[in-house]
Amino acid sequence: MTDYQQIIPVLYTELAAITKATVAIDENTELTGDLKLDSLQMMELLLIIEDHFDISVPVNVLSDVKTIKDFALQIENLIRCE
Amino acid sequence: MSIFSKFDALAANRRDLETIGINPFDVQIETIVSPTEGIIQGRHTILAGTNNYLGLTFDPECIAAAQTALRYEGTGTTGSRMANGSYSGHRNLEKELAAFYGKRDSIVFSTGYLANLGMLSTLVGPNDRVLLDADCHASIYDGCRLGRAQTIRFRHNNPDDLAKRLQRLGEQAADTLILIEGVYSMLGDHALLKEIVDVKRQYGGYLLVDEAHSLGVLGQHGGGLAEELGLLDDVDFIVGTFSKSLGGAGGFCVSNHVELDLIRYASRPYVFTASPSPVTIASTRQALRALSAGSDLRKKLHENAVSLHSKLEALGYPLGAEASPVIAVVFDDKIKALQFWNNLLQLGVYVNLMLPPATPNGMFLIRCSVSAAHTSEQIDRIVAAFERLKPTA
Repeated sequence: MTDYQQIIPVLYTELAAITKATVAIDENTELTGDLKLDSLQMMELLLIIEDHFDISVPVNVLSDVKTIKDFALQIENLIRCE
Repeated sequence: MSIFSKFDALAANRRDLETIGINPFDVQIETIVSPTEGIIQGRHTILAGTNNYLGLTFDPECIAAAQTALRYEGTGTTGSRMANGSYSGHRNLEKELAAFYGKRDSIVFSTGYLANLGMLSTLVGPNDRVLLDADCHASIYDGCRLGRAQTIRFRHNNPDDLAKRLQRLGEQAADTLILIEGVYSMLGDHALLKEIVDVKRQYGGYLLVDEAHSLGVLGQHGGGLAEELGLLDDVDFIVGTFSKSLGGAGGFCVSNHVELDLIRYASRPYVFTASPSPVTIASTRQALRALSAGSDLRKKLHENAVSLHSKLEALGYPLGAEASPVIAVVFDDKIKALQFWNNLLQLGVYVNLMLPPATPNGMFLIRCSVSAAHTSEQIDRIVAAFERLKPTA
């Protein structure tokens, strides 16, 4: 079972690639606020994460995601439900 | 924080457009001359971005039908379909659409956007799942959002990705609604409908196809992609619009499911909207009759599409998809696309400029839509404008 602590480093790696590692990130970094991800980058991130963890992430959950921690918790929950 | 703060980014974008003196989202057609020509900025301009695929907006018989309706039924219904807004014409159009597709029944909505909003917000709710092609139109996304369905995207036109996601859903796959378009509006590419139907047959589920850009364009009778591929029986719901090939405004859904009629009573975008005007219904019914009767309009449309596509390709422009009435030229830079769009307009050619996030993969598109009403000379003038503006290597 993949847990939160395993998900966080994956998100760091993928976000660094998407943002070209121009911003320092931690669990409380906001995806759209601090990293300024636009809707296309959010969707790109979603597809990468879906492939990595072999899950489908409903776009609805994004409305509850503000920080990297929020996203990791949602992914953890979805993996648990699969 | 002001309630208007959320518009700061939009305001900045608009200031940028004002700085360079080009605003493609504020074009006014001062005089509409024909389906393919208007006067813009005082200049006679070829209209090559109107989705007026069959050019029926000035069809004499459609105009005559509209004039009769205006004279005898008035300017508007002033009410919802559920109250005083259902005239015999509305119901007759629904029967005619159902017959056109060989389906049991249909519902007419006030716009194409409302057709998707009305159907999807009602058909699927918080306990239901939707799998939609990533490149689906905003009205499809908005309908899912209004219905609060669990909404999962699959990669554009990728039946394998759809299958993978249906497989993940397990037993729930059989109750999942799959949403695609017949022809995708931005690039004009066709859905891989046969392969998607095969996936649906394997895993179950329901299939809704939005034929907004394929009605009047594809199929032996102009019904769209599902008709062209002989797959109408595999499609549970077909949604379409009157505002493209049929030259009016409005939308519809046809289906064999007996429950379709119940959706009328539950669909808020249907219940709480004024019904289409008698004029709209009359011209649409006439346009549908013309489509059903068959004509050489689709042949002419395809000739024009192939002609423009091949000539732009020969000029070396990168195009978004195979030849279809939607021909998108792909740019890699927003400012270049803006300037190109503006230069085309100065040369008397109006097309659509499409920018992210409305476009797939963040593309910048100069999007042409071809009409059966374009003359060969107009197509050549469009090509000549592109040739003149061709970037030098």
